[in-house]
Amino acid sequence: MKKFLIPLVFFFGLVIFLAVGLQRDPREIPSPLVDKPAPEFKLFTLANNEQQFGPQDMRGQVWMLNVWATWCVACREEHPLLVQFSKENNLPIVGLSYKEVQPQDEPPGSKMTPQAKRDLARLRSEKWLRSRGNPYVVTVLDLDGRVGIDYGVYGVPETYVIDKQGVIRYKLIGVMTPELLAQKILPLVNQLQKT
Amino acid sequence: MIPELGHYALILAFWVALAQGVIPLAGAATAQTAWQAMAKPAAAVQFGLVLLSFIALALAFVGNDFSVLYVSQHSNSLLPTIYRFAAVWGGHEGSLLLWAFLLSLWSVSVALFSRSLPLAMSARVLGVLGLISTGFIAFIVLTSNPFERLLPAAADGRDLNPLLQDPGLIIHPPMLYMGYVGFSVAFAFAIAALLSGRLDAAWARWSRPWTLIAWVFLTFGIGLGSWWAYDELGWGGWWFWDPVENASLMPWLFGTALIHALMVTEKRGGFKAWTVLLAIGAFSLSLLGTFLVRSGVLTSVHAFAADPRRGVFVLIFLATVVGSSLTLFAWRAPQVTLGGRMGLISRESFLLANSVLLVVATGAVLLGTIYPLVIDALNLGKLSVGAPYFNTVFVPLLTPVLLLIVPGVWSSWKEAQWRVLFHRLKWVALGSVLIAGLVPAWLQMLAQGDWTPTISLGLLLGAWIVGGSLLHIVDRLPKPGRVPWSYWGMHLAHLGMAVVVLGITLVKGYEMERDVRMGIDDTVSLRSYTFELKTVQEVDGPNYKALRATLDVKQDQRVVAQLQPEKRHYFSSAMPMTEAAIDTGWSRDLYVALGEVVEPHAQTHAAQWNLHFYYKPFISWLWAGGLLMVLGGLVAALDKRYRRAASQKDSH
Repeated sequence: MKKFLIPLVFFFGLVIFLAVGLQRDPREIPSPLVDKPAPEFKLFTLANNEQQFGPQDMRGQVWMLNVWATWCVACREEHPLLVQFSKENNLPIVGLSYKEVQPQDEPPGSKMTPQAKRDLARLRSEKWLRSRGNPYVVTVLDLDGRVGIDYGVYGVPETYVIDKQGVIRYKLIGVMTPELLAQKILPLVNQLQKT
Repeated sequence: MIPELGHYALILAFWVALAQGVIPLAGAATAQTAWQAMAKPAAAVQFGLVLLSFIALALAFVGNDFSVLYVSQHSNSLLPTIYRFAAVWGGHEGSLLLWAFLLSLWSVSVALFSRSLPLAMSARVLGVLGLISTGFIAFIVLTSNPFERLLPAAADGRDLNPLLQDPGLIIHPPMLYMGYVGFSVAFAFAIAALLSGRLDAAWARWSRPWTLIAWVFLTFGIGLGSWWAYDELGWGGWWFWDPVENASLMPWLFGTALIHALMVTEKRGGFKAWTVLLAIGAFSLSLLGTFLVRSGVLTSVHAFAADPRRGVFVLIFLATVVGSSLTLFAWRAPQVTLGGRMGLISRESFLLANSVLLVVATGAVLLGTIYPLVIDALNLGKLSVGAPYFNTVFVPLLTPVLLLIVPGVWSSWKEAQWRVLFHRLKWVALGSVLIAGLVPAWLQMLAQGDWTPTISLGLLLGAWIVGGSLLHIVDRLPKPGRVPWSYWGMHLAHLGMAVVVLGITLVKGYEMERDVRMGIDDTVSLRSYTFELKTVQEVDGPNYKALRATLDVKQDQRVVAQLQPEKRHYFSSAMPMTEAAIDTGWSRDLYVALGEVVEPHAQTHAAQWNLHFYYKPFISWLWAGGLLMVLGGLVAALDKRYRRAASQKDSH
């Protein structure tokens, strides 16, 4: 009686899809920004209040944008890898410090001034980079998260590869891994640097 | 030392479970009674060992032993003791241990209450349970050991996810798992019946109370989860069609179909193959749910850090258990005899129609849940399936199921008459149509909200079930003969379903929300209620600081409630948590959540906050209906029929 085999056949179809699904990473979300120009911004750098920095300053170079914050637990995991990578490769990494000052850091019932927020963010970020190493050529402060919105930041950390023309070529949501760096990012960067 | 003992007990439990799985099944196949008799003591020993292991982990949590990796990841010395205990199942490893513990609890219960079963049958049932347990304990020991040490020990733990620090969440996972794991008993009975080749009414009678109790736990667990989401997530929702919620809904739908099909098999000897398939399906869906949650193939609000080894292990386990049982089914089912003849209009036909519809509904939920995965596997891109899909397919599929409840209850077995049914139910039908038309019109006149077809449909279904069931009770009571418990159980559960349907209809049709920024002494109105913000203060909790707003709720100038929503900042977490304040009533909930501090008022410079207000009419009917269903299931499971069957067998 063939009809009694139907559930079994159906189930094995399901298992095949589940097995293929296991090989995929649901966090790897294609961004509508890939192959689009990186959104422009002008933000204060971590170093001081005089200097502003934007993607236009990186024109003509292939570079990487890494979104991070000191409160982000996963960034702690990723950081040593970035430090090592920055020493071994000639690829500038720009840090985007994302919403460093969280609402609960502010005294209840009141708002901090932008300058006070910047000072607090600098204090915490510099301490963090001093103790863990600094992989970034420059870090900019996105305190209100507006640039994060333009870039569609989904969770911290995130990493973008941007080419010489300022076009986003790759986006990763979540923690960088040595495999991703070796298999995806380095080949992509080499190819982009040749063109 | 204690964690090592726990680990050791778990490894021993693995070998005992393996013995419990292999020896009695081999004994049943070769008719060796001594081997079959091994099943019960093995189940008892296995239970003792897993219990020991569970206690060891609980002691590590309660005693703040942060040299255990899992404890340091999910607990904190500031955490209140009750949450430290609940943190045992706050993460992946511990919730698997809970799974294994509950499985051994079900096994030992089967061993205790199966004295009326023939030895070979109980040996096969316990053997199947032992094999499942072997797989699960192996999964824990090989890929997810909760007793792994962290040396040097952490000074303090990372704390339990603040979202899980809620009384509802202490009992939600155990209840849900009791349901999931409980279906393993119905599954084991079905496999045992297939193995023995005796798929008869006795099999259905034995497994029915077990299935009912598993279904009761699952219903309670789902209801509790939904209530927790409503209470804790702070945006007034109660069901999100999240993959993990779907993973619990699918076995529930199958289990509901199974309970009804078992009745037909027990009473009429019909649908035997179908019932066995449902029993295999209900447990397979529980395993699939475990796979979806634990492997990380899907992202959801419940997603857990994924380890590829774990996903592969669960998938192989799933393929082995379900694949082998479906193969057994394909091999043995063709030999099953058909049951008694049934008419087109009969209780059997209505029950069959409903169980098919429930299975189709499960298929629709399964499709929506794994569709993103299938599309990704076929390299067609990434997408997610949301509530609009589920609402679109689920409502049309469940509408006939709910409609057929009433004729199903009223029809006799074998053959019923259309004319008699029509004659009996015409007034109920007319009354339901009137309610479905008039109530929304009346509410619209009172400016409570606009009419939509869904409101009328929901009211029609709810009124139809309530009317049909109550009329049946009124009709039954004067007749002679004792009314069995299962009769009351059935009506309680059906009425519970109607109450849930009415609650969903009214809350979806007439809910209201407002999102406003307020300063002290500002007021906002929702329907006939006025909310006034009195104070916002800072308060200290055991492991958090909070901002607490106090609001007076007035109706007709009288204060009817005081609400205190909070915004909590747990010391261990960057994310602020919303603690909504809810004033619950039988006909409405008032729900307030405190949002962010916003910029001070432009002119007065007074502080302002964002507040979210919800008016949720009849939402408490959802949980009340769920409780009625739970009660109905319990009453039905305690029916004397099952106990009498047991004592008769004893006296032989």
